[in-house]
Amino acid sequence: MSKLIIEPSPHIKSGVTTQKIMLSVIIALCPALIASVWIFGLRALIMTVICCTSCVIFEWVCRKIMKRSNTISDLSAVVTGMLLAFNLPVTLPFYMAIIGCFVAIVIVKQFFGGLGQNFANPAITGRIVLMLSFTSYMTTWAEPFYYKNAGEIVTTSTPLASETPAQLSDLFFGTTGGCIGETCALALLIGGVFLVAIRVISPVTPISFIGTVFVLSIFTTGSLEGAVAAILSGGLMLGAIFMATDYATTPITAKGRIIFGIGCGLVTVLIRTFGSMPEGVSYSILLMNILSPLIDRFTVPKAFGAAKEKKGGKK
Amino acid sequence: MLLHQVKLPHHKASAESSTVSLPLPEKVVISMAQHLGAPCTPTVKVGDKVKIGDVIGSSEAAMSAPVHSSISGEVTGIIDVLHISGRNMQSVVIENDGLEQISDSVKPPKVENREQFLAAVRASGSIGLGGAGFPTSLKLGFDPKEKQPDYLIINGAECEPYITSDYRCFIEEGEDILEGILLMLKYLSIPKCIIGIEKNKPLAIEKMTKLCEKHDNITVKALKSSYPQGAEKTLIFSTTGRVVKEGTLPLTSGCIVVNSSTAAFIAQYIKTGMPLVRRRITVDGNIVKKPSNFLVPVGMSIGEIVYYAELSDRPDRIILGGPMMGACAFDPDYPLSKTNNAVLMFADSPVYEPSACIRCGRCVNACSMNLLPTELEHAFDARDAKELEKLKVNLCVNCGACSYVCPAKRNLAEKNQLAKAFLREQANKKGK
Repeated sequence: MSKLIIEPSPHIKSGVTTQKIMLSVIIALCPALIASVWIFGLRALIMTVICCTSCVIFEWVCRKIMKRSNTISDLSAVVTGMLLAFNLPVTLPFYMAIIGCFVAIVIVKQFFGGLGQNFANPAITGRIVLMLSFTSYMTTWAEPFYYKNAGEIVTTSTPLASETPAQLSDLFFGTTGGCIGETCALALLIGGVFLVAIRVISPVTPISFIGTVFVLSIFTTGSLEGAVAAILSGGLMLGAIFMATDYATTPITAKGRIIFGIGCGLVTVLIRTFGSMPEGVSYSILLMNILSPLIDRFTVPKAFGAAKEKKGGKK
Repeated sequence: MLLHQVKLPHHKASAESSTVSLPLPEKVVISMAQHLGAPCTPTVKVGDKVKIGDVIGSSEAAMSAPVHSSISGEVTGIIDVLHISGRNMQSVVIENDGLEQISDSVKPPKVENREQFLAAVRASGSIGLGGAGFPTSLKLGFDPKEKQPDYLIINGAECEPYITSDYRCFIEEGEDILEGILLMLKYLSIPKCIIGIEKNKPLAIEKMTKLCEKHDNITVKALKSSYPQGAEKTLIFSTTGRVVKEGTLPLTSGCIVVNSSTAAFIAQYIKTGMPLVRRRITVDGNIVKKPSNFLVPVGMSIGEIVYYAELSDRPDRIILGGPMMGACAFDPDYPLSKTNNAVLMFADSPVYEPSACIRCGRCVNACSMNLLPTELEHAFDARDAKELEKLKVNLCVNCGACSYVCPAKRNLAEKNQLAKAFLREQANKKGK
C-alpha cells in the first residue's frame, strides 16, 4: 500500500506563487525598459542586465555563505536589480552600479533575513547610498537620444531641476533627462495598470501617493499644468507604482496603505519644495518604509464581531 | 460592510449524479464518536444480535447523540479505532447477517408538542450533516425563556469545492427539507426562516422558491458563490445582516442555523422513525472515474464506498469532507461517520514547501473574520499569548482561505489552530 499524505487543511492551494508574482513585476517593468533603450540607448539595457545579474549573484553567494536555502529562483533579486538600474543615470560607471547592488541585496535584504524581512526597500536604499557616495555621477544626466550623436555625451538637467518648464508631452513619453527607467510615465503606467489588473498590487498606494503629490503641487506650483508636470516628473511614477507597492516594506492593510501613500506624497512635495534637492521620491519612500510597522500597529482592522476592548480592565 | 471572501474552483462534477443507494456491506465499524461533544458508550456487547435502527451506543451528556446500528447482524467486536481527531475511539463492529431486518423500535414517534419534538430529535441520533457534526437536539433545545430566536436559517450554501450532497438533497428531497423547516418553525415557535443557497445551484434555488411559494414566512436567498459562504457567522450575516458577537452563540443574535440535509432528515425521522443510520455523500477527486452521490450506511469502509465510483489510480491523499476544511484519512479502510459529506480521492496531489512570507497581504484580504493571519503567525511563532489574544485568534473559523491564497504556501490556518491550542494550554496553566 502506498503511503497516504496527511496534512492539515486546506488541501488545495491557489496557483499564485511568489515566483509568479515576481515574474509579473518583471513583465510590468518591461515597457519602461523598452522605453529606456529607445531614449537612452543600448547602455540602458546593459546597465539593467548588469544590475540584475549582480543582484542574483550577490544573493546566491550570500545565501551560500550564510548556509541558508537558496532563494534566487523566487526572482525577487531580479526585480531588485531592475528597479535599481531604473533608478540610475545611464552614464553611471558600471562598477558603481554593482556597489549599489551589493548594498541592496547583501546589506539591506539578506542581513535582515532575506525576502520579506527587510524593513527598507533594497533598490531605493541602494540608490540612496550611491547618491550620497557618488553624488556628481549620480546627478549627471545624459540628454535623451544622446547616443545618436557620435562623440561626446551631452548632458542636461532633469525637469525638476530645470529653470524652464518641460513640455508635458516630453514628460509623458519620457524624452527628458533622468534615470534610466523613470522618465517615461506612459510605459510605467502601462506596467502599473497591468499589475493592478492581475491583482498583484493594490491601486490604493499609487493613487494616494500620486494624488497627494498632485493636490499639493496645485498649491506649490500655482497651476493645474504645474501639478500635472509634477506628477509626471522625476521618479514619482516609478516610485509610486513599483517601489511604494513593495510588499515587505509597506503596510499590510488597505487603510495602512492609504496612510503610507499620503505620507510619501507629502514628504515628496516637502522635499521638492523646501529641500535642497530637486527630487525626494526615494527619501520619502525610505522614510515611510521605516514608519510602516508603526502604521501597521495603528491600523489593525476590527475583527468581524469582535468584542470591544475592555477599558480600565483588571491588570 | 463587505466580508472578505475568496473565489475557489467549484469542481462540482458530481452535481448531476443522482443519489445511488449502495448495497449493505459485509461489515460495518461504527465509531462511538460520531459528533462534536461527548462520545457514546456502547450499549451492546460482543455476540449480541442487532437490527437496523437499534441503539448501540448512548451517552447522558447534553452534547451528544445516540448511535444506531446501520445493518442487521451480530456484534463481533468492540475495538479501539484511531479516530480522525488522532485519539483512539471505541467502535462497534457488526457483521452483516444479510437479513436486513429493521428494528421494532423503528416507528414514527409521537410528536405533539415541543418536548416530544426535541425528544424525538435527540432519539433520532441527528447531528449537523454539513460537516461539523453538532448534535441537533442541543442546537434546537434552547431555553425559550432565555432567548427566543426569530430566524431559522437553513444552510444550503455548500461552498466547499467538489461536494454536492446537500445539492442533491435539495433536488431529490426538497419536499422533506420544507417539511423539516415547518416542523422546526412549529414546535420551536420560530417565526421566520431563510434558506441560503449559493448562486451556483440555480436548480436548487428554483425548486425551493417554488416549494416555499405558499409560505410567506420562508424565503429563499440566493447567495454569492464564494468561500466561506456556508460558515455559520458568514451565513448569518449574508442572510440577515446580523453580526454574531465574539464569544456568543448565533442564538444570541436570534438565529438558529441548520444544515439543509439535517432539516430533511428530521422530517424523514418524524415520518418513519428510522434513525440516522445512512447518509448521502459525494465521492469525487482526480482519480474518481464516476463522480457520484451515494446513500451509504454509517460505518462502511471508505475503501469499499469508493469502489463503486471506480478509481483510475492509487490514491496518495484521501480527504474526508471538503478540500478546504476536511481531514486527511490515514487509512483507506477508515469507516464512514455521520459527519462525512464527501470522500475525495486524489493521486499526484501536490505537496508544497512553504517559503518566506513576502507580506503581500493576500491572507488579510481573504480572511472572512477580518483577522491578520500573517501577524498571527508571527505572534504564534514567538509564542506571544498577549499578542495572539489582541489579534483575536479565537475568532478564526479555520476556513483555510488564508492558506489557500498564500503565494508562499504557508500553513497559516494550521498555525491559528495551534495558536488556539497554545492559548488554552496557557489558560490551563494559569488556572492551576
